[in-house]
Amino acid sequence: MLNASLKELSAALAQKKISGAELTKLFLDRISRLNGSLNAFITVDAEKSLAQAHAADERIAKGTAQPLTGIPVAHKDIFVTRDWLTTCGSRILSNFVGPYDAHVIERFNDAGAVILGKTNMDEFAMGSSTETSFYGPVRNPWGQAYVPGGSSGGSAAAVAARMAPAATGTDTGGSIRQPAALSGLSGLKPTYGLVSRYGMIAFASSLDQGGPIAKSAEDLALLLNVMAGFDARDSTSVERAREDYVRDLEKPLAGLRIGVPKEHFGEGLAADVGKAVEAALREFEKLGATRVPIGLPNSGHSVPAYYVIAPAEASSNLSRFDGVRYGHRAKEHRDLADMYRRTRAEGFGAEVRRRILIGTYVLSHGYYDAYYVKAQKIRRLIADDFAAAFKQCDVIVGPTAPTVAFKIGVKAADPVQMYLNDIYTIPVNLAGLPGMSIPCGFGKDDLPVGLHIVGNYFSEAKMLNVAHQYQKATDWHKREPTGIQR
Amino acid sequence: MSLSSEEVRRIAELARIGISDAEAGAVQAQLNDIFELIGRMQKVDTEGVEPMSHGQDLKLRLREDLVTERDQRERFQSLAPEVEQGLYLVPKVIE
Repeated sequence: MLNASLKELSAALAQKKISGAELTKLFLDRISRLNGSLNAFITVDAEKSLAQAHAADERIAKGTAQPLTGIPVAHKDIFVTRDWLTTCGSRILSNFVGPYDAHVIERFNDAGAVILGKTNMDEFAMGSSTETSFYGPVRNPWGQAYVPGGSSGGSAAAVAARMAPAATGTDTGGSIRQPAALSGLSGLKPTYGLVSRYGMIAFASSLDQGGPIAKSAEDLALLLNVMAGFDARDSTSVERAREDYVRDLEKPLAGLRIGVPKEHFGEGLAADVGKAVEAALREFEKLGATRVPIGLPNSGHSVPAYYVIAPAEASSNLSRFDGVRYGHRAKEHRDLADMYRRTRAEGFGAEVRRRILIGTYVLSHGYYDAYYVKAQKIRRLIADDFAAAFKQCDVIVGPTAPTVAFKIGVKAADPVQMYLNDIYTIPVNLAGLPGMSIPCGFGKDDLPVGLHIVGNYFSEAKMLNVAHQYQKATDWHKREPTGIQR
Repeated sequence: MSLSSEEVRRIAELARIGISDAEAGAVQAQLNDIFELIGRMQKVDTEGVEPMSHGQDLKLRLREDLVTERDQRERFQSLAPEVEQGLYLVPKVIE
């Protein structure tokens, strides 16, 4: 059951081979055994989860089950969840119990899925290693000295260690795809606007997008069917007809044009990752796809532009944390201004404070044009590069991250080194495109390598088809970490 | 470019984040590393390029000016550090 796909779990529940309550207990037991060492979950509440599981069992008995009814799903602690502690990995929200449900949580609840717990993450999703969490670093199930990637590292570690069948994440610069890559999983960041941001604690609003992390593309399709959809409460939610993301999974890939950007195979790419990605491209050729060399000439400017735009939006979004309406408030203070300063100094960790300071500076009087407007112009150039590339190809394929997982601690003191982890994923967020990562082999120290698949706007069904056909021909996505306790 | 320690203190004040003298030096050094990275974009020719504020050219929707939320004052105020008679309390601002 621990390794079963969502489709298999759904069938087992329908055929009464296992009840929703038994399934939830199975995963809760595994969490209680493994979470002490991996630290993937911030909050687990067996009573609440089991109550939902019993409700799901009644629904199954009545014959009104949907595909995910009774299936436990772990949620990144960025999604506000009614009556669940929702911390966003921060001290400033360490006492914040959700007063309402995020749209994503509502959708899973309506589908009859069970909330299995809230997963650890980089504080306010700012990080690529899940080391900036106030609740301590998450360990990679493939090697506990290594990071699982971030910022959705708790979700990735939970699924990789089979503590959850599937999880949610969010991706502002790579925070679904990079942890999926470093933890040997499949993860999808949808087109901007496809999944509602209502109740998803804001980091950089023009870039943030929620999506699923799971063991396979097929599972991702089932999860996206639940997560995607218009929501009037998010002003950037896109109004469009609902899609079934499972519908195209079985289409053959003959004739598929795969764009290969030379900029993503140059300096900075580790040889072991490059080798695994090259082998994956050859596999796609065997499946009938052809390679098209493409250029994304402005791709290299994406990290500098991102570290203007994302902190600028963050400094504005995080101004709401002032110790007045919710969250942590400093005990000692002289006056109101001192209360703000101390609350925010105590409540935010070093990386969040750094990004707020960068954002405050680039938006301050006299610097706006030189930084913010300049970065927005580069954003346009990056989006234009993709538009030109998609005239020649159907999907773009390359490495998700330049290296396999790195050791906990080695990049924590050097923000710039940490930022460069997301060099291949950031351009996709800037352009608002959908991107995914799937496992494509192993590199140094037997750690997983992720393959990055980028599609045109709203082409998630096509990308899932491409990933699923690859996963039918290979078994990288079926490998599981061996070093952890059974 | 590089930020002086006065500039670091000024933006910290704008952001309402207290910085101790002990951490100011390290923060200044890290911010300067980051601004060196950011500075690399200045060499890109962006003459005549239209700034892009959003991932897609989204048109913001308008809605009827109607009350759509229910009154949940008590639920929301139960999360506040300090409330009294339905009001949020802050340290005294006027003597």
